Amino acid sequence: MPHPWLKERPLTPCLRGGFSTVNQTGSWRVIRPVLDISKCRDCSMCWLYCPEGVIDRENNYSIDYDYCKGCGVCAVECPVDAIEMVKEE
Amino acid sequence: MSLKIRDLPNEELVAPGNSGCPGCGATMGARMAMKVLGSRTIMVNGTGCMTVNYGVLAAARFPYLHMLFETTGAVLSGLDAGLRSLGKREGVTLLGWAGDGGTADIGFQSLSGAVERGHKFVYICYDNESYMNTGGQRSGVTPYGASTTTCPAGKRSIGESRPMQRRKDMVEIMAAHGIPYAATASLAFPMDYMAKVKRAAEVDGPSYVHLLSPCPPGWGSNDELTVEVSRLAVETGMWILYEVVDGERKFNKRLKTLRPITDYLKTQKRFRHLLDQPEEIEKIQSFVTKRAERLGLLG
Amino acid sequence: MASVFVSGNMAAAIGARQAEVNVVAAYPITPQTSIVEYLAKFVADGELDAQTIPVESEHSAMAACIGASLAGARAFTASSSQGLALMHEPVFAAAGLRLPLVMAVANRALSHPVTIWSDHSDSMAERDSGWLQFYCETCQEVLDTIIIGYRVAEDARVLLPAMVCLDGFYLSHLSEPVSVPAIEDVRRFAPKSAPKYPILDVDDPKSIGLVISPDFFTEFVYDKHASMSMARDVTEEAFAEFERMFGRRYSHLESYRIDDAEVVLVGMGTMAGTIRVAVDGLRARGMRVGALKIKTYRPFPGEEIRRALRGARVVAVVDRAVTYGTGGIAYYDVARELVNESPHPLLLDFVAGIGGRDITVDTINRVAEQALAVSLDGRRDDVTWVDANKETLAIWGLALR
Repeated sequence: MPHPWLKERPLTPCLRGGFSTVNQTGSWRVIRPVLDISKCRDCSMCWLYCPEGVIDRENNYSIDYDYCKGCGVCAVECPVDAIEMVKEE
Repeated sequence: MSLKIRDLPNEELVAPGNSGCPGCGATMGARMAMKVLGSRTIMVNGTGCMTVNYGVLAAARFPYLHMLFETTGAVLSGLDAGLRSLGKREGVTLLGWAGDGGTADIGFQSLSGAVERGHKFVYICYDNESYMNTGGQRSGVTPYGASTTTCPAGKRSIGESRPMQRRKDMVEIMAAHGIPYAATASLAFPMDYMAKVKRAAEVDGPSYVHLLSPCPPGWGSNDELTVEVSRLAVETGMWILYEVVDGERKFNKRLKTLRPITDYLKTQKRFRHLLDQPEEIEKIQSFVTKRAERLGLLG
Repeated sequence: MASVFVSGNMAAAIGARQAEVNVVAAYPITPQTSIVEYLAKFVADGELDAQTIPVESEHSAMAACIGASLAGARAFTASSSQGLALMHEPVFAAAGLRLPLVMAVANRALSHPVTIWSDHSDSMAERDSGWLQFYCETCQEVLDTIIIGYRVAEDARVLLPAMVCLDGFYLSHLSEPVSVPAIEDVRRFAPKSAPKYPILDVDDPKSIGLVISPDFFTEFVYDKHASMSMARDVTEEAFAEFERMFGRRYSHLESYRIDDAEVVLVGMGTMAGTIRVAVDGLRARGMRVGALKIKTYRPFPGEEIRRALRGARVVAVVDRAVTYGTGGIAYYDVARELVNESPHPLLLDFVAGIGGRDITVDTINRVAEQALAVSLDGRRDDVTWVDANKETLAIWGLALR
């Protein structure tokens, strides 16, 4: 006796972790962090403080602008002022 | 045994695209906690901002449950017992994650019960000092003088009028349950915070970490100043970093001098009305200074 | 199959023990308390290998059961009255998370005025929570229904929690001989299998308890509705299999002498036995009266109700709970099934047995006599409070002077 509705049904809202990547929060940004890698001392502070986890310290601290919300914490906390917040066009 | 930034895993257990506001202290704090707790962690999140951050589009790459506002402690109890009954408890960390409303107010009873019964879990309260998910209403830990939507400052109101010393002190309350570990933490001292979370996960029994978690829209602070505001809270003596290990209190940050509290207050709109009321500033400053002296934080 | 002489509460505890529940989380409240006391003792004596969580409230009892169930464990709780009302919020959450919990409810009225005595107002307040609801008449039925409850709740076609209701004191504290099914047989009847609902598993991480928009909400609610409807057949299957394995037959409805009945008296829980005794007496006086007991209240066995009541001229529903200003609650469920039948019987609404007032054979006789009288003069009356006494409140009025 099959269920009258759907055979494969999710029962309750439930998602696999990481589904949120569909939400490109980079579109929220009004200012963007721009890193001057020549100043960077590889201290990882921006990486650690980024609330979104979109700074890749294994790859020259590249910033994933698809998701960076432009909060600017990285720029404030960089001890050598290597990150500048620039107005989005 | 100290934690080093280099040793933290690069793997991101929280996916981008979460719905948290820019500069959200809770989002920042949860990501840091997961860096030390690892993927074999189940997060139980009593309703709050984190429910919007993680619980809409599933940002957590570890098992995540949003449950009713006041049930974090009880659900952790059930998970602890359930996993034990199935022989699946070993190697799994249970993390309770709730805001100050879900911890100090509505979830107080279920947390106290879970802690008293001795279930094993780490509980982190991200404290943004009011009900931010519903737009900033006062909670049992809203500080004196803060203007919130349910205790707005006005001609006849200072904002939150409960005296400083009666702010519900969750760490002391948790420590009074006789648990092995309770601590405060600040985002501006991330290695201290993460070491505390790690220690909390290692002790046998329930443990509690209380993280001051600035909320830019709720506090009226700038997005980029979330860490700076956290730092000022510690440097002015408004927020004290300490831990209670098996009943022994240890203060983690000694200060040469206290910065004036106005350095902290002026970063946030919720305190701005205090700035032209010198007698109120004096009242708060006097409380903070005396407390720091009494606790021996200075020098 | 061992036989024991036990109370309804002990029968409930034995049911949970024989179902080998993994976690019991509950909070004391009269008249439920002894259920969890017995279970705690089973665990203490090594008769049940389970974790007990002596929570600090019923709200946490249900929340802890939800946590245990999300770990993949079989969880059990029990409550009554104020306790059930306190857990109202997580009761709905458990159904929404599709967790196959089983809860015994020792029915008791809700305050105020304060009482510890029985009626159905506590479980009726949870009627629309998405839980299955079974109302029991005997201690044996309590034990068996808890085991049947797990089988049905855990069925992939259902995945909704189940409430097993027993009238406080009338059944919770009544002792009867009860046959105890062997654990090996219960294992075959209601085997523990891998959870068929989403759980919190570090090896298969998922996010559960999500916030969703109106674009999707309806469909999740509809799925609960469809599954609850499906539970009618799944429960029927379980009843049949239970009879095959244990020799005791249950069904959604139990009818008694209704084939040629002009008046059918409908009731739930312990009043059903009283109604049957009354029917015999009324029949002896020449009145063509029959009885219908509703065991499965959610899902509501509509088709069976229509079939059972098709030939009746008068149907009188006796309710142990009230929806204020109108009348009995089960009355509406019965009426809903019959209203489009043509011709449909005259439907009469009786409230009795509120807050522990005994429903006696005499009470039922009055129901039958009034039902017959009304049917003869064709008058459709309002709800009849068949055992309410207008003078009683006057005494309280005097006491206030």
